Amino acid sequence: MTAMATALDTTPFVRLTSVTKRFGSAAPALDAVAGDILGGRITGIVGPDGAGKTTLIRLMTALMLPDAGSVEVLGYDTRSDPAGIQASIGYMPQRFGLYEDLSVQENLDLYADLRGLPKSERSRTFGELLEFTDLARFTTRLAGKLSGGMKQKLGLACALLRKPRLLLLDEPGVGVDPISRRDLWKMVENLKAEGIGVVWSTAYLEEAEACDHVFLLNQGRLLFSGPPAEMTGRVENRVFRLSGIRGRRREKLAHFLEMEGVVDGVIQGEAIRLVMKPGLQPFQSREATGAYCAAVTPPRFEDAFVDMLGGGPGGRSRLAETQRAFASEDGRSVIEARGLTKRFGDFTAADNITFDIPRGEIFGLLGPNGAGKSTTFKMLCGLLTPTAGDGRVAGFDLRRDAPAARNRLGYMAQKFSLYGDLSVIQNLNFFAGVYGLAGARKRERIALMGEIFDFRSVLDMSAKDLPLGVKQRLALACAVLHEPEVLFLDEPTSGVDPITRREFWTHINGLVEKGVTVLVTTHFMDEAEYCDRISLIYRGRSIALGSPDEMKARIASEDLPDPTMEDAFIALVQGSEAKDAA
Amino acid sequence: MKDQGKQAQAYKSSGRARRFAALVRKESYQVVRDPSSILIAFVLPLVLLFLFGYGVSLDTTRTRVALVVEETSPLTRDLAASFEASRYFSVVAGRDRREFEDELVLGHVRGIVVIPAGFAADHAAARHPSVQVIVDGSDPNTANFVQNYAQGTVANWERQRMSEGRSMPPAISTEQRFWFNPQLTSRNFLVPGSIAIVMTLVGTLLTSLVVAREWERGTMEAMMATPVSAAELLAGKLLPYFVLGLTSMTLCVLLAVFVFDVPFRGSVAALYALSATFLMPALGQGLLISAATKNQFLASQLALISAFLPAFLLSGFLFEINSMPTVIQWITYAVPASYLIPSLQTVFLAGNIWPMFARAIAVMFLIGCMFFALAARSTRKRIG
Repeated sequence: MTAMATALDTTPFVRLTSVTKRFGSAAPALDAVAGDILGGRITGIVGPDGAGKTTLIRLMTALMLPDAGSVEVLGYDTRSDPAGIQASIGYMPQRFGLYEDLSVQENLDLYADLRGLPKSERSRTFGELLEFTDLARFTTRLAGKLSGGMKQKLGLACALLRKPRLLLLDEPGVGVDPISRRDLWKMVENLKAEGIGVVWSTAYLEEAEACDHVFLLNQGRLLFSGPPAEMTGRVENRVFRLSGIRGRRREKLAHFLEMEGVVDGVIQGEAIRLVMKPGLQPFQSREATGAYCAAVTPPRFEDAFVDMLGGGPGGRSRLAETQRAFASEDGRSVIEARGLTKRFGDFTAADNITFDIPRGEIFGLLGPNGAGKSTTFKMLCGLLTPTAGDGRVAGFDLRRDAPAARNRLGYMAQKFSLYGDLSVIQNLNFFAGVYGLAGARKRERIALMGEIFDFRSVLDMSAKDLPLGVKQRLALACAVLHEPEVLFLDEPTSGVDPITRREFWTHINGLVEKGVTVLVTTHFMDEAEYCDRISLIYRGRSIALGSPDEMKARIASEDLPDPTMEDAFIALVQGSEAKDAA
Repeated sequence: MKDQGKQAQAYKSSGRARRFAALVRKESYQVVRDPSSILIAFVLPLVLLFLFGYGVSLDTTRTRVALVVEETSPLTRDLAASFEASRYFSVVAGRDRREFEDELVLGHVRGIVVIPAGFAADHAAARHPSVQVIVDGSDPNTANFVQNYAQGTVANWERQRMSEGRSMPPAISTEQRFWFNPQLTSRNFLVPGSIAIVMTLVGTLLTSLVVAREWERGTMEAMMATPVSAAELLAGKLLPYFVLGLTSMTLCVLLAVFVFDVPFRGSVAALYALSATFLMPALGQGLLISAATKNQFLASQLALISAFLPAFLLSGFLFEINSMPTVIQWITYAVPASYLIPSLQTVFLAGNIWPMFARAIAVMFLIGCMFFALAARSTRKRIG
């Protein structure tokens, strides 16, 4: 409690008493979750997709009732008095709840009428909200024609009409560029100062660090409840940044991860980030050759999360061990993009994108949703014909030999794009067939995938009933069945739990060591740091290209000596906008 | 205190009115701006109406038949001549039925009319000579048609000979007379029937789609978290689509009367009373479907199968209910369109027959109430 706290603040806005909710016969979506949410604070509901975040928020809106336990909101029980709750909360569901055929003003009018905002207060309230959200210039524009960030602000404005005491935001950061996300955060901070209770759910662990209080959910269970600093405090002085590594850092990382005492580790630009067991230091267990310098670095929420889940999966990738190696024979680029441009009508989705990716590199396309990452990606896969420009993948020209090129690459599409009604084994068989595997080799590869990814117990389950982590493994297995020399990964780990994410990257790192070339799109800033080089895509254009460390170095200043990737992204975008304006 | 209570009451009801008005306004904007509503409410009806007005005709003219005359006599030549003169048939003449058997199977001719040997002798002896009509039973509609018109042609021929005094009058003769649609133009009963189909489209298909869309886009969830009640949400959906359904119906009636020259002998009041009542079950069914599926694709499939197809097939629109198997006839009692279509045909072709309309209105009202009750029950302010 801060000194500002008054007696009023201590009565919880939401009281969760051993809340359990199940859907069908599956494991409960929420299992005996308990806790209090206070006013005047930002409370984060944090966890991977499928952890139960949306269910918890819906239970607070009284649109859903718990199977066991109770939810009390602002003194009303959700079972007996849903109307009392709905009259005094503001709720922004995942897709903002806007009518896309209505203009900004019409959406505001609708919600003002539904929430019973008196006519006399309207012009003042609308004025304030439009200024607050910076939407005053767009009142006549249809909501469907707004950018993701503007939609989000309008959704917030609609939820704030008739000032609520409790504001529930379900994943407001999804599909929004980091700049809008930061704007929104500032707005929410202002609301908090007015004593409003804010609930913000998110799968981004870096958002969790900024909350006042965090409920960490995993598979329906509450893993942690408290200030995020308490969580990261658990791994304080146990996180090290190893810089100055000579040689192949991915091989080193794999080596470290197999060592006793290492809980977790990831690539971070040119460096390696390790989480050690308490009391151990990476240079004490010095059998690794090569000089490097290990320094204690501030822990992140994700470090603590992985630690809490018992550590990462280790550094060995059996997938990579069984994969044939691709030697870099001539140092020529495996993927080339030369001025790739795609226009849809008068909208330019990708504008003059150029880059080269040498063999054995992980190259990332980083940018918010709708920036043009997937469009660029699809052009390189030969799924979209460029309006202008050329591309080559594994030596094949995309305009002429796209089918041949596709045989050399493995593609893992955004979200889950396998056949949900086919079983795991049927999916594997199908994709093996599609990639032209047959006979003994087909049987061998499928059996191997089953072993590596541990599908044995789920072989006959429909893919759509698999847990998210297993789905993701299946998607990767299908993409690498034919030992491709190029891997295209479209948002491969968005929303999955950190352990699955670690496992995934262990495989990718291993494959890269074997000479596989990887092109990955992501809007996770920390994931961008796993790449060798990244291209920052914003509004269809590549506004910066280089290694993650270079980008961070470019914007480092006295005020910000050690910027994060997100800082770098925002500064580079703002810099490019300033240049456009000039 | 009492005053305060009253004020609160007044505030509450004014809040309700305002919320309702806001929902109706929102829905109306959406109807006007959403091309798919315009498509279903105005373009599709036009297409349907033109299809039934011009494209589909259940009248047959000039059906190709084979005429086999097995004996040549003045009498048989006379009868053959009257087949050749018939505006319903186009005749291919021959002397042996075997010549045409293959053509009948292949469908090159739709029937074989045989004037058998001994026809003249039988006729002279007044032994009721027979004419054989061979038709392809695999196409019952055409078979019936050929059979009936062949009989008609023979009967005409008899009558004509009688009036010319060349033949003895038969003991009893039948004569057909069609009331209300004397030319038996199928358009005249197809067009009023298709208006019922159009209202099913607007009422059930469109309504179920727009509600399911709100679930899919997450706007329903946002609405429900406001003080609006489930009843207000439903009513706010119903009114705009009720008006849209009647507008679409009006457009169809104007087209029917002024473009297709379908007579309109009843009253406008009866037309609107019937249509408005019919929209109750149609809208109720739409709401029920969308509340149950919450998914546009499923909703459209369900609406097509449970509303559109029955309105087409089980309403007496294309197929006579009386000639359906008994079980199917029972099902037709539950199809609201089977009450509307005969009534609409009556309004257009016959005039106001209020006892008939009253019954139709009562039944449609009851089915409508049932759908509303089910829809209200399944639309709770709850998710999952």
